[in-house]
Amino acid sequence: MPKDRLPREVIAMRIAAELKDGDYVNLGIGLPNMVSNYIPPGKQVMFHAENGVVGVGPSPEEGREIPDLFNAGGQPVTLMPGGAIVDHAMSFAIVRGRHLDAAVLGGLQVAENGDLANWIRPDRGVGSIGGAADIARGAKRIFVAMEHTTRDGEFKIVKRCSYPLTATRVVDTIFTDVAVIRVTPQGLVLEEAAPGWTPEEVQALTEPTLTVSPTFKEIQL
Amino acid sequence: MARAILCASAAEAVAGIPDGSVIMVGGFAARDAPSLLVGALVDQGARDLTLICNGPTGRPGMKDTSMLVHNRQVRKVVCSFPVPSTTSGPMTDFEAQYRAGEIQLELAPQGTLAERIRAGGAGIGGFYTPTGVGTPFGEGKEQRTIDGVDYVLEYPLVADYALIRAQTADSMGNLLYRMSSRNFNPIMAMAAKTTIVEVAEVVAAGSLNPEHIVTPGLFVHRIVVRPE
Repeated sequence: MPKDRLPREVIAMRIAAELKDGDYVNLGIGLPNMVSNYIPPGKQVMFHAENGVVGVGPSPEEGREIPDLFNAGGQPVTLMPGGAIVDHAMSFAIVRGRHLDAAVLGGLQVAENGDLANWIRPDRGVGSIGGAADIARGAKRIFVAMEHTTRDGEFKIVKRCSYPLTATRVVDTIFTDVAVIRVTPQGLVLEEAAPGWTPEEVQALTEPTLTVSPTFKEIQL
Repeated sequence: MARAILCASAAEAVAGIPDGSVIMVGGFAARDAPSLLVGALVDQGARDLTLICNGPTGRPGMKDTSMLVHNRQVRKVVCSFPVPSTTSGPMTDFEAQYRAGEIQLELAPQGTLAERIRAGGAGIGGFYTPTGVGTPFGEGKEQRTIDGVDYVLEYPLVADYALIRAQTADSMGNLLYRMSSRNFNPIMAMAAKTTIVEVAEVVAAGSLNPEHIVTPGLFVHRIVVRPE
């Protein structure tokens, strides 16, 4: 009997809980971008969009869009009080200069040493790197948000990435629809699992060997 | 006399761009592209261009650099975002031409692309960046370890022409941008021999707060007003 996996919203909520008050954070397109919807009240997190927005605010109501204000996914956004607009060289100086506390990125594959592949599916033959290589290398902590396995059930958490890399040895924590896994110098540590999932069941979906954390617990929000 | 010339039309602004030119085009995505100038360059017809931009990702009919690719004016693209993330929807002209071997691609991480453009405009001969080390983006590049961090050497980018978009120019060519449509425009203005800008309005020199000016007019050569 296959167990329930967490919806994307819950993955986003779990990552939002990981961010700290006062953090500056870059969010990737798609699932990572959903994290901004779940920052708890009382915690201020400033989101950086690599197209030059520091302090991305919520989506505007329809008809109240601010001209020429978009996030890196091209969606209309607002600006937080205290937000700032910068050019592209400064935007990536913020990234590369290690001024971001964290980034949340999507993943196609993550290796047990923290290598990240998230920009090209080899069968397409051409892909867009965008800002992913700079952000993965530059932000202080890299959180990967993704489904635990591919639609065909293949491993996405692997011993070595077979897809072309985005950056080497950068991933801090992997948040999936099944588990929270930290990348450590000693290998992958299973910190949390979705309700009803045992460490053995998570291991079965994960190619490298997982060490179960002494504080292993059910994912809590 | 101002270095910047106010042109009566976009056609006048892009007149004289020869075949084989290296062209930078500002904008992050199709919706903030300098579409007036790009459209004029399509009509002008210069061919065999090298295009430096964030990416010609517009689907057919969108008014960004994909128009130049569609019109087969581009020989090579240097960019970070050559194709849309998803394969749903019609294939872009770039992807079709790339698959057919009809157009060259130099793929650069976006921050590296931006810094190469900045370096080109700032007279820097190259720089070491940690981006791309150990990935396809570092392959074949000089690598160096500085204070325990691995870097690859990247070279500057310069252009014959930059086509950019701003909100307001004054008659000296000083530029203000609006919100996130600033993006690559200020650094491309610095990196081209001839910078051509489309703006929403032109105001008298002296009427802008000098402390707010993002691009000083010495980088700007031709101005055209976008009909709104």
